[in-house]
Amino acid sequence: MARFILIRLLQAIPVLLVVITVTFFLVRLAPGGPFSAEKAVPAEVLKALEARYHLDQPVINQYFSYLGDLARGDFGPSFKYPGRSVNEMIAAGLPATAELGLYAMCFALLIGASAGVIAALKPNSAQDYIPMSTAMLGICLPSFLLGPLLMLIFGVWLEWVPVSGWGDIPGDKILPALTLASGYTAYIARLSRGGMLEVMSQDYIRTARAKGLPEWKVVLKHGLRGGMIPVIAFIGPAFAGLLSGSFVVETIFQIPGLGRFYVQAAFNRDYTMIMGTTVLFATLIILFNLLADIVAVWLNPRLRDLYRSGGA
Amino acid sequence: MSSLDQNNSPEINSTKPNHINPSKSSAFEEKGSSLWRDAWHRLQKNKMALLGLVVMVTMCIVALLTPWITVYGYEEQNLVLGASPPSAAHWLGTDTLGRDLLTRILYGSRISLAVGFIATAVALLIGVIYGTVAGYMGGRVDAAMMRLVDILYALPFMIFIILLMVIFGRNIFLLFLAIGAVEWLTMARIVRGQVQSLRQQEFVEAAVSIGLGPWAIIRRHLIPNTLGPVIVYTTLTIPNVMLLESFLSFLGLGIQPPQSSWGLLISYGVETMEEYPWLLIFPGLALSLTLFALNFLGDGLRDALDPRAAKD
Amino acid sequence: MAPCSPLLTSDPSRPPRFLPALFCIINCLLLFACGNGENNVTSGLASQTLHWGNGAEPQELDPHIVTGLPEHHIIVGLLEGLVLKDPATLEPIPGMAESWDISDDGKTYTFHIRANARWSNGDPVTSADFVWSWWRALQPALGNLYAYMYYPIKNAEAYATGKLDDFSEVGVKAIDTKTLEVILANPTPYFLQLLDHYSMFPVHRATIEKFGDPSERGTRWTRAGNFVGNGPFILKQWDLNRLVMIEKSPTYYDADKVRLNAIRFYPTENVSTEERMFRAGQLHVTGSLPADKIAVYKKTNPQALRISPYLGTYFYRINTTVEHLTDKRIRRALAMAINRQQIIDTVTKGEQMPAFTFTPPNTLGYTAENGFAEDLETAKALLAEAGYANGEGFPPTELLYNSSEGHRKLAVAIQQMWKKHLNIDISLNNQDWKVYLDSVTTGNYQIARAGWIGDYVDPNTFLDMWLTDGGNNSTGWHNDEYDRLISEAAPRAKERTQRYAHFRRAEALLLDAMPIIPIYTYNSIHLVHPNVKGLPSNILDYALYKQMYLSEE
Repeated sequence: MARFILIRLLQAIPVLLVVITVTFFLVRLAPGGPFSAEKAVPAEVLKALEARYHLDQPVINQYFSYLGDLARGDFGPSFKYPGRSVNEMIAAGLPATAELGLYAMCFALLIGASAGVIAALKPNSAQDYIPMSTAMLGICLPSFLLGPLLMLIFGVWLEWVPVSGWGDIPGDKILPALTLASGYTAYIARLSRGGMLEVMSQDYIRTARAKGLPEWKVVLKHGLRGGMIPVIAFIGPAFAGLLSGSFVVETIFQIPGLGRFYVQAAFNRDYTMIMGTTVLFATLIILFNLLADIVAVWLNPRLRDLYRSGGA
Repeated sequence: MSSLDQNNSPEINSTKPNHINPSKSSAFEEKGSSLWRDAWHRLQKNKMALLGLVVMVTMCIVALLTPWITVYGYEEQNLVLGASPPSAAHWLGTDTLGRDLLTRILYGSRISLAVGFIATAVALLIGVIYGTVAGYMGGRVDAAMMRLVDILYALPFMIFIILLMVIFGRNIFLLFLAIGAVEWLTMARIVRGQVQSLRQQEFVEAAVSIGLGPWAIIRRHLIPNTLGPVIVYTTLTIPNVMLLESFLSFLGLGIQPPQSSWGLLISYGVETMEEYPWLLIFPGLALSLTLFALNFLGDGLRDALDPRAAKD
Repeated sequence: MAPCSPLLTSDPSRPPRFLPALFCIINCLLLFACGNGENNVTSGLASQTLHWGNGAEPQELDPHIVTGLPEHHIIVGLLEGLVLKDPATLEPIPGMAESWDISDDGKTYTFHIRANARWSNGDPVTSADFVWSWWRALQPALGNLYAYMYYPIKNAEAYATGKLDDFSEVGVKAIDTKTLEVILANPTPYFLQLLDHYSMFPVHRATIEKFGDPSERGTRWTRAGNFVGNGPFILKQWDLNRLVMIEKSPTYYDADKVRLNAIRFYPTENVSTEERMFRAGQLHVTGSLPADKIAVYKKTNPQALRISPYLGTYFYRINTTVEHLTDKRIRRALAMAINRQQIIDTVTKGEQMPAFTFTPPNTLGYTAENGFAEDLETAKALLAEAGYANGEGFPPTELLYNSSEGHRKLAVAIQQMWKKHLNIDISLNNQDWKVYLDSVTTGNYQIARAGWIGDYVDPNTFLDMWLTDGGNNSTGWHNDEYDRLISEAAPRAKERTQRYAHFRRAEALLLDAMPIIPIYTYNSIHLVHPNVKGLPSNILDYALYKQMYLSEE
């Protein structure tokens, strides 16, 4: 297992390099520079700005000097926010996004997986339809709808929780976490129901039942293991995807998170910020996918041989 | 809808047999088609699934007939009237520019259903094949293929969309492409996870031992056995894709006003949900209805196609 | 189908009842959160803390770098220029300068700086501070987009564009520590109006030099704790994307008149959220209001709604180099076939004024004559004259706008009006902001949505953009007579009436050629809590914090 992890971490280097390279050149292809503004920018000001951020040099030189800075852990200055470095902005935004994502994923896993498992125990009955329909609401109510709706009901009408903010007023983290969780809840509920149904008809479950184990033990001990495999495959990228996925929720609830930067940087053509968030995002993707694979192996012992023998 | 079936049915047709002895192809096909018929019989017994099927077919027919059954034009404004609640003249009311909402929902369904099904079908096709091959091959091939998925995940989506828009201009087919290109990644990971665990099971080993080639194994044994999670994920992807379309359309990729889609209608409805709630409720109901119908249909299909269900 | 087997059955073979338990937990969480009866509006009243919806995260707080309204709102609390404006009349009133003299030829201004003007670290504010600050603002390396605000000053433009290296030739001089002399290139009647724009604010030399080179962008001098200003407030807290808080400054010369203790600025990007924050008592003032909410507030809470004319025009640019749009008759026909009042009533909804001129009416006493009228018959006739009777054969034309709900609605409405009135089909195209800017500046469009907000209260800020080489022209339209009137005749005019006469002639030329279609004059639309006092409405949306306070009276 250690070897498997090590190999995967080594593989991450070329992956990151490809992501960096492609993104670096891609962003410079997009029309509209970082400094274009509603009022025309005088030529001499533009020249000064480009010189300041080394955009006047050949792109290939910019690329290598960026790689050099990156190797030293320096993401460079933000173009949009002149006084901020990308490192600083990531450091400021990541904690809120991570916290929000963590809460949301916990909600989603707990509610989604329980709903899915309960539903799978008795398919096509009320015990199936009721939890699943509830979970499904999460997709019918996308976050750009659910967020304002919750805000209106609990923030404006009932005045139970603040309308927006993050850590300023007690209770202001509840609505955003629920909003972000809803979509994932539905996915997880569906996937775990499917996975459980698949597993519960497997021979080893029959064997376990035949041995006289109580049903709940069969479900929790044997069923969950296999039934969660699709959920795990989904959760890896989903977790990393929270960075971009939380954009809508962060905007609606005015959370000082990274999701806003990630999307807005593209619109602002804030090259260094795009690069910084992309590198971070890529790293997270790689790590969480690796984590998902490790958990999948742990859930499915038979895969262990595969990893022990193969170079994967 | 139809394209989804066409993509799946050949595989389903040929692959529902027990896993042990698929060597005689003529007997195999005969049995396969009878199993497909079995599945259809089982589906018919599932009332919710049948209802879902009826709803979906009705929606598709109505969408096709829209230009002949609507009284108003989707672009026809009545600025003097403005937003008005449901009435005899406008059954679902009018939007802020005085356009008939029912007409706009019906025209929107053409775009939403087309985007939902075509983009999902693209994602399905690529994701399933890619994931199965990666999961089956294992080792270096799997590693390389999955690292490519990591790379594609990590590239900044917004920049990609902006570039597509600039290079090709607005185009509905680009919309399918852009959405499909994103959605297949998670599909591939889910399928790969399934296949990896299936690969270790006895029936696959048995198939290898009797000398079946990898393609045959993938087609006949692996893909059919991943259908459960795939169908589930597909039913979740369709509404998601419809909402993603609204985001991209808002940015200028895809459809242009005065055309509309459900996702766009909903996102505009959210803005005025307190003043003109019908502008949110009716498009929301249309999307929810589709989603629930798809889900029950998906669950029914999953259950009906479950290779092991036949033994019960 | 099996009979209902609810989750409540006590079959031991069932798994524990997660689901109901979880819902209970969530409900409890929600309940725990309730009961904070005190909101920002009520707590703010006692502490004289103003909660301000500021629209966006400020890019910077360096007055010589920033360009936006959110930054403006914060910086005018932290720094003060030579003059201020009376919010009621917009006429200049003393700021850092307690008085000033203007020479007879209108070219030399002598400012007398207050003896008790101090920086927040106790240093006196001197004329040398202004000379140094203005030198800094003109450093090309700083990338100051508002350097052109200095161009009325002698040789400022030459220095800023690198044609002149010696700053001592620029017309700004410290006569003694408290006397500043400014020499202009031409008599510029609106010069005093420029001085309270943040780009002309002084900055604290020692602080800036402490944190880096004066012409380096984005050093840490603007951070809370580092910032040294001369305004009524000091920077207390600046959390990225969360909050900027300023607190009353004890060193401000007028400190005993400042009644607010603190202002908290929130980066309210989402206008719907901002409105809900206002309703929930989290904000005193909002930066805007969604169009569809205006009618609601008129009915339910009219005293909170502030609608007032604003110094800006919403218009469409026409690319006059595009084959069929070179014809003036077509451009005029398009302008005449729009029912502006209907658009205002159903789309923008903010009581905006239909625009038939480019400069908003009554801009410091200047009102241009209407350049056209809404007239369908004439519009049809003009189109027919141009060879497209009843719109037949009209070439495919595209209307470009940047992605935004408001622009979309307006474009859709106008698209239909042109279809209905002139029978021409115009397609719509929306692009993201930066692509849109690129398309407009490179002339890669046919008709494009635009807006222009005046930098200062003078017709010049609206009219000099249509000069042949105007950086913001982008329509391909040019007229020698127009150029002469704006850049030669008007600046030399002795009297305001004479100057305005030149402007009127120029604007008549512009509107006759119609490279632009004026749609409406902007209104500023805010929500203001009735507790907020001392915030009069004016066309610049200009607030003087030292006059503001919170009271239930």
